[in-house]
This record gives sequence, structure tokens and C-alpha cells, in this order.
Amino acid sequence: MDKYRCNVMLCGGTGCSAGGSLKIKEALQQGLKERGMEDEVNIQLTSCNGFCPQGPIMIIYPDDVLYQKVSPKDVTAIIEEHLIKGRPVERLLYKEPAKKQSIPTVKDIPFFNKQVLRALKNKGLIDPENIDEYIARDGYQAAAKALLEMTPEEIIEVVKDSGLRGRGGAGALTGMKWQICAQSKAPEKFIVCNRSIIEVEPHLILEGMIIGARAIGASQGYIYVRSGAPIIIERLKKALTQAREYGLLGENILESGFNFDIELFMSSDEFVCGEETALLMSIQSMRGMPTPRPPFPAEKGLWDMPTVINTVETFANIPLIIQNGAQWFRSVGTEKSAGTKIFSLSGALNNTGLIEVPMGITLKSIIDDIGGGLIKGRRFKAVQVGGSTGGYIPEQYLDVPVTYEDVTQLDAIIGSGGIAVLSDLNCMVSSAKFTIEFAVDESCGKCPPCRIGTSVMLELLNKVTTGTATEEDIDLMEDLAFDIKTTSLCGLGQTAMNPVLSTIRFFREEYLEHINDKWCKAGVCKELCTFYIDKEKCIGCGACARICPKKAISGEKKKPHQIDQSSCIQCRSCYETCKFNALKIGPRRMREELMNSDIPENSTAEESSKEVAG
Amino acid sequence: MPRLTVEDLKRIKEQHKAAFTVREGGARVKITVHMGTCGIAAGARRVMETLLSEINRQGLTDVIVTTSGCAGLCSKEPMATVEVSKEAPVKYVQLDEEKIKRILLEHINQGKVVEEFALVTGNETAI
Repeated sequence: MDKYRCNVMLCGGTGCSAGGSLKIKEALQQGLKERGMEDEVNIQLTSCNGFCPQGPIMIIYPDDVLYQKVSPKDVTAIIEEHLIKGRPVERLLYKEPAKKQSIPTVKDIPFFNKQVLRALKNKGLIDPENIDEYIARDGYQAAAKALLEMTPEEIIEVVKDSGLRGRGGAGALTGMKWQICAQSKAPEKFIVCNRSIIEVEPHLILEGMIIGARAIGASQGYIYVRSGAPIIIERLKKALTQAREYGLLGENILESGFNFDIELFMSSDEFVCGEETALLMSIQSMRGMPTPRPPFPAEKGLWDMPTVINTVETFANIPLIIQNGAQWFRSVGTEKSAGTKIFSLSGALNNTGLIEVPMGITLKSIIDDIGGGLIKGRRFKAVQVGGSTGGYIPEQYLDVPVTYEDVTQLDAIIGSGGIAVLSDLNCMVSSAKFTIEFAVDESCGKCPPCRIGTSVMLELLNKVTTGTATEEDIDLMEDLAFDIKTTSLCGLGQTAMNPVLSTIRFFREEYLEHINDKWCKAGVCKELCTFYIDKEKCIGCGACARICPKKAISGEKKKPHQIDQSSCIQCRSCYETCKFNALKIGPRRMREELMNSDIPENSTAEESSKEVAG
Repeated sequence: MPRLTVEDLKRIKEQHKAAFTVREGGARVKITVHMGTCGIAAGARRVMETLLSEINRQGLTDVIVTTSGCAGLCSKEPMATVEVSKEAPVKYVQLDEEKIKRILLEHINQGKVVEEFALVTGNETAI
């Protein structure tokens, strides 16, 4: 292989690909050819860097310089300035959010350097479609060790000692699950990888599954992959073909005498099929509905045979544990929650994306250090931990370590690994309602608590957001949520109530404002808010008038503006646009008062808000 | 494609070592060729090309080559800075293809600074 002086790593994750990384690659190839530099500079598409909102991302080695939001028209500058003259292209560098200072190198960008990369150790560093590059980073060494040097019992022992817990839902000990399956006597056993949604290296998943198969004695594995994720499917298909060609799947793997192969199963993208028993039904060509446990899949799973089912992230940790040992794995994380966890960080933060952090890190550190704090002008309100059915955690608990135990205490879950930050622009009641709407749509309908309960819950939440609820409804919702959580058949109904329970627990005040004052202070519930302009603060810049889709705002230049309440549709665009804090949100009744009154808008507004506040 | 054995895994890893030295860092030697307009005009491209093909020919996996802009000594171009880890950088001036080959042989492979081409020890960084 030729030695290139420079490696241009272009992110080929789903986000950056959609942002045009292929076109950038073509432009680069063309530009390098024109200058006769194609033998000096290597261009490589890589797996997802996780910094998706800043994409397309390009990292240039050996300089370790990261360029963000690259487009094909930036290519000339990158070649002329950086690749020839060694000068970074200033305008494409990452900027520190507060001071707007450029940070050229990856190792200095807090979003990256506060992470601990294990399952994602190859992100942005190798071509996910080239098995040789994976092997070059110690790939398949762990599989070789597990197949040639270890007994199944030894593999299970190491996994148990590591304390690895399932990275998907309830956090069961992976080694225990494997042991139960390994000890079951059956003519056939299966190993299943749940929903390949995280863009980790495909070969890392295959390697983890090979090791798992050897541990439990399975000869057939399945990867359950979302049919709505074409790039991931394509990469998995290529990875499977390459692994088979190299004899890393199929018969007599690495001359060990062990036989194992993996099949891709395209899922129908139903949310409930993330639940393990529903997933197994779906692979057996039956409707994706959960079944009661016990029997657990480890005893009776696919076609009634013992089946181990783990998530992508769990499998991704296995080769690392086999290679480096249980103690190494425990060197980060806490006693009961060892290792790292991948999270999808989103919401009102300066930096968002896919991150890997040590278990036990505080939410505050994730938000402030990696997330770079809240975007300018926004105030922190809550953080949702655990994906769409995770609970909302308020500010006073931000020092809580992120572990399976601590998070569960707060009605949240590690779950699918989503962390979303909510600001003053989010209404907590609406946020809880959003999850319930989702649960109503996604409930499979098998068990009544989930099927009927979620619908009733949605009606109650609708009453709150439209101002027709009473205080008693809060107690009713709490009771109902508790019952649904404890009696639903599977994780869907059990976790869907987390947002309701946590918002009532931590943001009861906001429910009461909706019910008693008919006031959604975030301006989300359209029927419970009135937008008005504070004439003391308005400087008449006209920004709100220009953004208003109904042309409801008028006023002379440099003079305070006003909103025509009869045309206002409460879209909140003006509120989000105003830089002078002159846009205010009042309770519902202000709207009629403003419409019926001849008194100048600001005085009415002040009185009204005082009245409500008092 | 043949079926792999454990030895093959090691062989493939070895083959790709050079690429990962560039990406992951940890190179023993970093050679910076100064590629300002002055350097390019004086022949820095040929020096760089010679350097790269020699490194490839010799199969060196622990040497990385990078570029930087004008060093402010335009009359002494083409120039290159050689940084062997844990040693002071050495700046070479008025290079050509033959000189860079000698530097590669004597300084990088044998550890002896080629004093007759060296300007001074010291460094300026672009990044």
C-alpha cells in the first residue's frame, strides 16, 4: 500500500452523506488530480463522527484539523491552502460557542476530547466498508482469541466479571443472560442483534456476535436492522460479504472448527419491535407483539430455541472486553454500571451529536462540557434522559451521575440512550403529551393498559393543554400513569409513562399554571397564551414584523410595535426572533382584554401579568 | 480472497501501519516541507515528491510528511524541517532531490544531522 503524506477523512455517516459528502469527495478527487497530487493525498469516507449538526465533517491527518459544514465549493481553498501550503482554512474551523474563537484540532475541541471512546473507537478513523482497515485497528483479534484460546465458559466468565449490562433497555447483566442460554439444552441456539441503528463499525458488531455465538453455542445469528436506514444496511451487507470471503463467517472460522453465520433481517420499523419478544415474533414472520416473560428468550426464544438478544452497543463492547480483559473494562464507569455509554445528545445545546461517555459522568458535565452549554439566550428547563420515553430531569438533579440505578430513581431510563435538553421554549405538559401521542400510535394493542391507557392519558393531557382540566385531573393522571407503568406487558407501556410521571413530579407548578391561570408560559399551548410587545423594551427594529407569517405586527420604524391579536396565530416566531426581550407571553385571557380594550397595549399587559403573578 | 488465519490478521495489520501512523499520530519523525509560493517556485514540489517516493520505496511506516507555508526565508527555499521525536527540530535549506535523499538516509535512518545543509535548529509552527 502506498504511503500518503496526508489522509483526508470525510465523514460518510448518514447525516454528512445527506449533506453531500460524496459530492465533496468527487470535487476533492478532481482537484487533486488537476494538481497531480492524487498520489500524495488519500481521501477516505469514514463512519459517523457523531458531530452531525456541524456536518459535513472533514478531518485532515496528520494535522488533526477538523473542518465543519464543508461544501464542494470549499474544496479549492482546502487544497490550495491546507493540502499544499499547510495553512488551515480559518473560516471552516470549529468555533468555540461563547468566545467564537477557532479551535483547529480535534484533540482540542471539548465535544471530542471529553468523550471516552471505546465502542466508537474507530469513528472517523477508518473506512467502514473496508475490512482490512478494521483488521488494521486490531479487528477480529478478539474473535481469534475467543475461538482459539478460550473455552465458552471462560468467555462467559470474562463478560460476567466485566459487569457489562445490556445497553438497550433494562440493563440486564450480559454475562448472566449468556450463561442461562449456554446452560440450556437444545438442538439449536440463536443469537440476535437488536436494531442496528447506531452507526458503529459494522465489523465490530459481527465480531461481538461471533464471540457471543461461541460462548452460547449458536450457529446462526440475526441482525435486526431498520429498513429505513439504507446506509447502515448497505454497510452491513458489505461487511457480511467481506467477512464471509475472509472466512470470518461461515464454516471453520479462522481454522478453529467453529461454524457460524449471520443473516440480516429487515424490520418493519415499528417501535414495539425494539422490545425483545416482539422482535423475535417479527423474525418468525408473525405480527410484532410482545409475549409475557418468563419464559425469557435465553430459555425459549426464536422457534422456541434458547436465544440471546443484545443490542448493537452491547455487542460492540464484547470484542474490547475479550481483548483487554474485565478489569480494563471496569477502569471507567461505576461499580454497578461499568464501562461507557453512547448517547445521542440533542436539544437546545451548542454541540449536539452522538457521544460516548463514561458511566457515572454527571448530566451537568455532558451538558456543559460536551454539549458546550445552552445556546445563547436560552435558559435550561429540563433534560430528558432515555430517548422519547425517558423522564424529564430538572436542574436540581444535574449532579446526579448517569448510571442505571441513579437515573431510574428519577423516573428516567438509560433506555435507547437519548439525552435531550429542553429550554424555556419548551412546555413540559406538551412534551409529555408528545410522548403519549407517540405511544398511542406505536402501542401494538395487545394489552389493555397500554392500548386504552395511553389514549385516556392523551385525552387528559389534551384537557390540560387546552385549559379545560381541573386540579383533580393531575391526581387522576398520576394514578393512571402508575397503573399503566406497573401493568403493561412490555417496555413500551411501562416506559411511556415516565415523561408524565416525571413532569408531574418535578413540574407540577407548570400543570397548575395551565389549569388555573390558563397560561402556558413557554408559549407552546396555543390556546393558553397571548403574545404582546412590551413598549418599554421595544426599539422598533421591525424584526418581529418581518418574520410574522400573518403580518399581524405593525408599527413605525424605531417606535414600539404592536400585535393585532385578532390575526395572531401564536406561532411564536416573533418571540424567538426578538433580541431585546420585548416580546412577552401572557395568559389566555389577555387576548380578549387586549382586543376589547382601547387602553394602550403595554399598560393592560402589565396589569394583567401582575394580577396573574399576584 | 483466501480464508484468513491468525497470521493473516497480523499481516494485514502490518500492511496498514503507515496509514494509521498518519491518522493516529505517534510517528517517530515528522518532516515538514515548506510550501509557500517561494518554496514552490524554488522546487519544493520536487523535493516533496522525491521524499514521498523514497519513503514508499524504503517502506518507512514511522515517518510522516506534512507541509507548511512560507517560513520567511524565501531566498533559502526549498526548505524542510525535520523533527525526530524528543530531539530538537532541524531546519534544512536550499534543498534539491539529492540533498533530501541524503537527509533521509543520514538524519532519519542513521540519526546524524546533515550539518552542511542545516540552517539552524528550531521550529515555527503553522498549526
